[in-house]
Amino acid sequence: MNVTIVDYQSGNISSVINSFTEVAKGKVNIEITSDIKKIKSSDKIVLPGQGSFKSCVNSLNSINGLVDTLKEFAITNKKPLLGICVGLQMFADIGYEEAETRGLGWIAGKVSKIDNQKGKFKLPHIGWNEIEIQKESKIFKDIKNKSHMYFVHSYEFIPEDKAVISATTDYSSKIVCAVEKDNLFGTQFHPEKSDKIGLKIINNFLKL
Amino acid sequence: MLKNRIIPCLDVKDGRVVKGINFVELKDAGDPVEQAKIYSDGGADEICFLDITASNENRETIIDIVRKTAKECFVPLTVGGGVRTIQNITDLLLAGADKVSINTSAVKNVDFVKEASKKFGSQCIVVAIDAKKVSENKWEVFTHGGRNKTGINAVDFAKKVEENGAGEILLTSMDKDGTKSGYDVDLLKTITNSTNIPVIASGGVGSLDHLYDGIVKGGASAVLAASIFHYGEYKIKDAKEYLNSKNVSVRL
Repeated sequence: MNVTIVDYQSGNISSVINSFTEVAKGKVNIEITSDIKKIKSSDKIVLPGQGSFKSCVNSLNSINGLVDTLKEFAITNKKPLLGICVGLQMFADIGYEEAETRGLGWIAGKVSKIDNQKGKFKLPHIGWNEIEIQKESKIFKDIKNKSHMYFVHSYEFIPEDKAVISATTDYSSKIVCAVEKDNLFGTQFHPEKSDKIGLKIINNFLKL
Repeated sequence: MLKNRIIPCLDVKDGRVVKGINFVELKDAGDPVEQAKIYSDGGADEICFLDITASNENRETIIDIVRKTAKECFVPLTVGGGVRTIQNITDLLLAGADKVSINTSAVKNVDFVKEASKKFGSQCIVVAIDAKKVSENKWEVFTHGGRNKTGINAVDFAKKVEENGAGEILLTSMDKDGTKSGYDVDLLKTITNSTNIPVIASGGVGSLDHLYDGIVKGGASAVLAASIFHYGEYKIKDAKEYLNSKNVSVRL
């Protein structure tokens, strides 16, 4: 099996590479690339994302044919894709970080700044928070409800169809922290930085 | 709910872990990669490396340590010390650091913080502020590991780095560092009340109730400590169980 971590200059993806490599341990071939051909021929895709929504979308768009290839992979061919952090946020139609920016439009919804209740909650939301599992998700196999995951973000994905939400976390309000829609998976938290439990989520994705 | 973080800090000099007593007298406490692994296996919420060699010729040493550690520890890794350029940050992130901590360079030129957070995202830019009390409720920023006085008010500076895109503040009390007499709670309270980004408390931990004070009295989002963990006085687990028993929420 070939799994591609999309390297589109979206900031620091070393930790994603390290953790996937650790979990894959030779059983699964991990490729780190933005090469369209390689992406097309892979079995699964990981779409990381750090920095702002706008900068990530711009980076994706700056690689010729990448967005169309990802769309064909995930939407037309319905092959498994996992978005992490801004990688998940980009599934949305629109994001409001820095400037209003169009997302990939794969899951209807928007990405807005977390309402920190006039400073009552510090932003970014950094650290370990419990996830509340909202529906069964393949990547949550053997993951207990209220498990701790590592977060670092100031914006949240608000999908129109609440049925896609697989987990939320409590920070000023119930923030969407994981989604599953058919073959599309996304986590707002960083499984690659969430200790053994995070590696388990990665393992679940690799075993799909 | 968001948990309070416990961050063991490893001061690294020439590739070895040391802990400064008031930043001057140094003792050897072992191999950084091995130590980081012990902490991460023991439940540390993050690991922090502070490179106190920080001279240009030795940058490869810390990068190598980061590279090795990042392959074994799957919790966030922050690295600070001698971070002066965008290239320094790129090198550390590529080696596997998740965040970098900027100290002297942020004081010299706050635009560096802005540039770095714009390029890499606020989530990976921590500004380390070393502060020393100059009069009642007044603290000043020091640089170069506490050697140089800047005349800059610590509260004003904390607000300024927040405005310029810092994602977190790592606040060290120079008066308390190495004394084991507890954090400067007044300093912490003042900074946490005047900023809206998370503050990591540092400098002075000698016992577990100091961690409690940093979080509950000082308002810190995370507590950093070095020597109490290095010499085996306490395990990360002891600290977490203690805080939990006092109703401070931690990741157990």
